[in-house]
Amino acid sequence: MTNINPIASPLASAGRAPATLATAGGWRAQLVKWRVPLSILALCLLPWVLPSKALAVNVLIYGVVCVGYNLLFGYTGLLSFGHAAFFGTGAYITGITIVHFGLPWYAAVMLGVLGGGLLALVIGALSIRTRGIYFSMVTLALAQLVYYVALQASNWTGGENGLRGFTVSKIDIFGLHINFLDPLQKYYVLMAFAGLALWFVSRILNSPFGAVIEAIRENETRARACGYNVERAKLMSFTLSGLICALAGTLSAMHLAIVPLDSLHYQTSGMIVMMTLLGGAGSFFGPFVGALAFLLMEDVFSIWTSHWQIVVGSVFILFVLFLPKGIWGALLAWRASK
Amino acid sequence: MKKHLLSVENIGRTFGGFKALEGITVNFEQNKVTAVIGPNGAGKSTFFNVLSGVLTPSSGRIAYKGKDLTGTPQHRFVHLGIARSYQITNIFPLLTVHENARVAAQAMHSRYNIWSNRERLKDLDEKADAALNAVGLHGCRDAVAKFLAHGQQRALEIAVALVADPQLLLLDEPTAGMGPEETKDMVALIERLAAERTILLVEHKMKMILGLSDRILVLHHGKLIADGSPQQIQSDPEVRRVYLGQSHGYA
Repeated sequence: MTNINPIASPLASAGRAPATLATAGGWRAQLVKWRVPLSILALCLLPWVLPSKALAVNVLIYGVVCVGYNLLFGYTGLLSFGHAAFFGTGAYITGITIVHFGLPWYAAVMLGVLGGGLLALVIGALSIRTRGIYFSMVTLALAQLVYYVALQASNWTGGENGLRGFTVSKIDIFGLHINFLDPLQKYYVLMAFAGLALWFVSRILNSPFGAVIEAIRENETRARACGYNVERAKLMSFTLSGLICALAGTLSAMHLAIVPLDSLHYQTSGMIVMMTLLGGAGSFFGPFVGALAFLLMEDVFSIWTSHWQIVVGSVFILFVLFLPKGIWGALLAWRASK
Repeated sequence: MKKHLLSVENIGRTFGGFKALEGITVNFEQNKVTAVIGPNGAGKSTFFNVLSGVLTPSSGRIAYKGKDLTGTPQHRFVHLGIARSYQITNIFPLLTVHENARVAAQAMHSRYNIWSNRERLKDLDEKADAALNAVGLHGCRDAVAKFLAHGQQRALEIAVALVADPQLLLLDEPTAGMGPEETKDMVALIERLAAERTILLVEHKMKMILGLSDRILVLHHGKLIADGSPQQIQSDPEVRRVYLGQSHGYA
């Protein structure tokens, strides 16, 4: 960061930066301003361009998880390996409150989001004391703890078989009678929630707090010296991120009508990291692109071979090596350089 | 008893068995420039880290405007009126010059608001621009910080600290790595700032310190061995022995 040669470091480069920003600023600023409507528009079209409606729903659900994860990883700079815990907890609470308590779907969704958020607050408070790789490992360990709790508490969670026995078949809202068994109607109901999540995240990123987490990502020491309580801001980011992942979990429960134990597994956490990196961490729409690319690859390659993960893994390695900004991040950078 | 801006009472700091600071007692008065000098490893950085809350002293206490600060978390210091710059440039490299100052200004206003639009906080823009003007960086306000020349980055480092409008400004080697021309600019800047602030700086450039400071503290092996005006320090035999004699090499 510090230039070695103090005298010869070119002033010219300092002058060049605003020029590129000025040319990029126009469309870039517009893109930021319209990012929520544009993203929702893209999601509206998704079921019509993808080979199956089921794939579209999966992209939607994992897109929301990754958007939530991106808030912590892409914008705050914290690599968590335990976000499946919030996704899975959201899903389980929704399922359990429907199966065991007979709550209506909307109450179950609300409790799922709150429960996942609360868990994020607890896991965040415990893990944020550590940094770097230790932080990642603590999140992983605590998420595994949640996994084993779900495995053992089989009276409530169905253990290894997952939680079964609930189906949301119709939704009556605002005078509309939506048939939740129709894939397309279901997609658009879930999309409404995804849109809400996107709007919420966009709002956070535009807010003063959004500037704080970016400052922490850029330089934690300086952010602290500027007067920010870094630990508290990180915990807030962690909790907000967990809330959104939990929302995605509740959507997954409604969609599948079961909660597989796998939704808490560390492989799910790993998949969230991969999708986010693939699409572009730290970009608004990147996580959706990553979820789309990942699931599309899974869809296509699993027809050819049961070892589709080899192909996806190789693609992932190539991306990390050659396109570290991810698909969407690289596209934005390419457009900006033109 | 006269009220001091900052009083340091008998502070010590150990790292394992190593005593980096030992029994330092010193008071700072308002609107004076004080320089801290001493050979490498004398404890200057530790002293600064203790005064800016980065490190908690192992013993003794610090009071600012009569209020005990010992054990206060670092992020509170700025809010009380103590800001610092770093020896190794410590800015937000990927933000623009203006954004650097703006996010620093925001720390005094809004830290956890997730709802309103940050662009609407117009007074932050004014505060940021005022700080950039003060250090002469208004010309490159939209440049990305990492592309700045070294001297400009050092100036930005100070602007980021200045935005909080601190009464006590701690500058850790503000001219580190600078050539003669840039150093001259920095000295002029510090003189301007000193008109209305209390400044404490660590420096190696003796000529600069002698011209700039009202008072000099000399640290050696973690102890305060001299405290006085530049004239007194220059003629102090103990100081000449441990420091000044060898410092002409790097002055």
